[in-house]
Amino acid sequence: MTIRDRLLIFVGLGLAIAADLFLIWGPTLASVGLSTTDWDGISAINVVGAENYHDLAAEYPPFWSAVTNNLLWLAFLGLVATPLGLLFAVLLDRRLRFSRVYQSALYTPVVLSLAVVGFIAQLVYSSDYGVLNAVTGLTTDWLGDPSLNIWVVMVAAAWRHIGYVMIIYLAGLKAVDPSLKEAAAIDGANEAQAFFRVVFPTLRPINVIVLVITVIEALRAFDIVYAINKGRNGLELLSVLVTENIVGEASRIGFGSAIATVLLVISLGFIVTYLTQLFREPR
Amino acid sequence: MTSRKRKHPLRWLLYTFLSLAALGWSAPLLLAVYASLRPYDETARLGYLSLPESLTLDYYTQAWTQAELPKYYLNTLIIVIPGVILTLLLASFAAFTIARLRIPGRKTLLIVFTAGNLLPPQVLITPLYTMYTWIELPEWLSSSHSLYDSYLGLILIHVAFQFGFCTFVMANFMATIPEEINEAALVDGASVWRRYWQLTLPLCRPVIAALSTLQFTWMYNDFLWALVLMSSGDKLPVTSALNNLRGQFFTDYNLLAAGSILVALPTLIIFQLLHKQFVAGLTLGATKG
Amino acid sequence: MSPHVTRRDLLLGAAAFGVPAILAGCSNPATRTTAPTSTAAAGRGVVTIGSNASDEIPKKSLDEVTKAFTSHDVKINTVDHNTFQENINRYLRGTPDDVFTWFAGYRMQFFAAQGLATDISDVWTEIGGDYTDAFKAASTGADGKQYFVPFTYYPWAVFYRKSLWQEKGYTPPATLDDLVALAKKMKADGLVPIAFADKDGWPAMGTFDILNMRINGYDFHINLMAGQEAWTDPKVKQVFDTWRGLMDYHQPAALGRTWQEAGQSLAQKKTGMYLLGMFVAQQFPEADRGDIDFFTFPEVNPQFGTDSIDAPIDGYMISSKAKNVEGAKQLLKHLGQASSQNIATKLDPGTLAASSKADTSGYSDLQKRGAELVSQAKHIAQFLDRDTRPDFASTVMIPSLQRFVGKPNDIDGLLKDIEKQKVNIFTS
Repeated sequence: MTIRDRLLIFVGLGLAIAADLFLIWGPTLASVGLSTTDWDGISAINVVGAENYHDLAAEYPPFWSAVTNNLLWLAFLGLVATPLGLLFAVLLDRRLRFSRVYQSALYTPVVLSLAVVGFIAQLVYSSDYGVLNAVTGLTTDWLGDPSLNIWVVMVAAAWRHIGYVMIIYLAGLKAVDPSLKEAAAIDGANEAQAFFRVVFPTLRPINVIVLVITVIEALRAFDIVYAINKGRNGLELLSVLVTENIVGEASRIGFGSAIATVLLVISLGFIVTYLTQLFREPR
Repeated sequence: MTSRKRKHPLRWLLYTFLSLAALGWSAPLLLAVYASLRPYDETARLGYLSLPESLTLDYYTQAWTQAELPKYYLNTLIIVIPGVILTLLLASFAAFTIARLRIPGRKTLLIVFTAGNLLPPQVLITPLYTMYTWIELPEWLSSSHSLYDSYLGLILIHVAFQFGFCTFVMANFMATIPEEINEAALVDGASVWRRYWQLTLPLCRPVIAALSTLQFTWMYNDFLWALVLMSSGDKLPVTSALNNLRGQFFTDYNLLAAGSILVALPTLIIFQLLHKQFVAGLTLGATKG
Repeated sequence: MSPHVTRRDLLLGAAAFGVPAILAGCSNPATRTTAPTSTAAAGRGVVTIGSNASDEIPKKSLDEVTKAFTSHDVKINTVDHNTFQENINRYLRGTPDDVFTWFAGYRMQFFAAQGLATDISDVWTEIGGDYTDAFKAASTGADGKQYFVPFTYYPWAVFYRKSLWQEKGYTPPATLDDLVALAKKMKADGLVPIAFADKDGWPAMGTFDILNMRINGYDFHINLMAGQEAWTDPKVKQVFDTWRGLMDYHQPAALGRTWQEAGQSLAQKKTGMYLLGMFVAQQFPEADRGDIDFFTFPEVNPQFGTDSIDAPIDGYMISSKAKNVEGAKQLLKHLGQASSQNIATKLDPGTLAASSKADTSGYSDLQKRGAELVSQAKHIAQFLDRDTRPDFASTVMIPSLQRFVGKPNDIDGLLKDIEKQKVNIFTS
């Protein structure tokens, strides 16, 4: 390798590493550091130790609602939306008339921004003018009732998530050797049995990626509740609490960073698990 | 596939189910279109599910002119086009050094890059913002004289946040290119640049097409970064400007519906035109090239 | 978050104003440089304004007002008002404009105390004579210096439709008991007595403010807002108890409703009355505007009568990082003039001019009644989210009031939680 080659690698890769360290990992570590201070973004920084974490857990009611909601969101996407996406993929993985039409319809929500999804949800769920109450004749306050709203918002999120999962599984299924499926069918196994015994195990890498997408989407969920009611009154999520405390006029940066750190720890748990899985496999 | 030949009655059940699902999936979007065509007074009186007394395209002209959407579309392009190009350049080169040159420490690098891409943005947003306000820039790069409230700042964070995923996908793809090409080039004594630019990249065309489509959509749909890292209203990208529309026209849901549809239109069109690339972009990561 | 945010929204609904405003909008980019064609002398400075007036009418009125300012070029940087407020902290620390729109009271003092605003006491020596003491106090920082020039304001009151009330024979209540009796009558007549909405989190603050001021008086209210009284005080509990007593007459399912939707229900005569800012008028079709009337919230505690109201003031400040302080001060003097404010009140029927010298002859009936109401009040509060720390208002009070509206029965637990968080925030 010539000096020019080495220089090129150094610069090219150096830029990539620098961007990653300065813009992603540096600020992430700084968040952890700030979480032990009472900084308001303007005055001097005082270190207060674990006080923010104590206040968070003991005296900030939205925190626990947010933790519960994030877990609920994860469970709903993982146990309801993702299996539905798989079901659609399996159903569509055959020669069908209008297959492209079905796929497009199911998949279109994925290209919409979540902010738009949040807006559309209001047209459907509004208690006085929304379509859902008009159709069912109910007068339910779908978005205002704190014990209900998280569910209907998760349905809206699933509207988008299912298409996403479907398309990934569909691609995975296309890659499965057709003779495998046929062999299973000839054996007399019914379709469901054939699928779970023969096809599903070969989808393992897809399952892993879908799981990651599901977890990440659940932890990143933000725009949709922010668009609906700024993530309050039953729609609290960790990401929203961070934003509300540090991004808004409030500027409780130390406190908000503590929430961010909690979110980071949860995310890293999943990320590390996933990556060790991924990189242990022979490449 | 055998069930097709048998003309199973289940087949009809399947068609019915899929048709219903497709209809149900399209309904909310169709509803938004319907709402955008009706005056606010009317839907406020009758609700969104009612027969129209009048239909009009006025809201579209209003959203277009009053919300000055063309300006915001332009802002989006100023941010997204360099963003996508830089992301792919940086990612393809990093992937090249990892997959083709097999540099030492490549696995760690890939892990760090990929993990960075998976973080929720909120965990790094405050320090990032503070850092942005500290970094000063000359007038020609940023009219705010800092990285904060500049197009460049948004481009950089998009690049940094997205290139991990692209590196991962491209490294996987490049690993599937036959080694012989590399070896032949080595015998020729080709430079690293030539091997990257002339020998590897052309083979990556499908993955580049797929990732550009996907990245364009993602950066286009972003609204958090702009919300936090921009302060000038006239520099906002269009998706965040839609959020402004929300505050601005809060009463008039129907106008907002028209605005939402106009904002969603480019991604919908891209999705229809480049369906294959879009899907490939998502699934390349999944199926490991 | 604040009534200010959405007050202007419905202006767009005003079709009569809307059409010409939109046409004007086509040729008016958000950033506009007014350079009088004839006298653009070389070397004259530029003053920049950070404005949250993103709606057509406020934007137009600021345009018009600054057009009349000829000593400097003016560059207006418009950000939609939600984002403007969300970002104010970062905006002022980052690269702010010379002049920026903001709110009077504690919310102004908070930023002045952080050193983010420029002292404009010298401006006040010139314009001071045009303002009442109440307005001056609302523009003064904790250090006794002025940081703010009031521009417009609007009162909060209980609004109703005259025609409906005439038809049913209702009369404005003078006491809380009258109010309850009236509400019962409305209920019997098949109406929802009190329109109510709190999806956005801030409208319920108006109800809390007025009840607290009626029951415990202005001084207690302001001290409570400043963190000097305990939320667990029985006086505060009495406010929530009274409110709970009225809940039966409030529109149910308020947490899923926006104030606009509640305003619509008032306009459609489905509800009898609505406690809100004067901006509620904008939910009414143009033809029905003359049918709106209001009364101030009735007396609860004879000791305080009806001596206080919420009437938030909007105005302008100079950032501490301003590049052209001289020009900015001249612009503030211009904005402080009655003639400038009259341009705004003429375009925007939901606001009143802050200057005592303003010409009120062009006011609509509603504006005249509003001005009268304010002049009769002994104390004027700015609204909960402007009278206390912004972090307390947004991260504690909004969720807490929503919790109360959703479950009005656990008052003790709620107040204990508020007090704990208040201590954390105010001592940090």
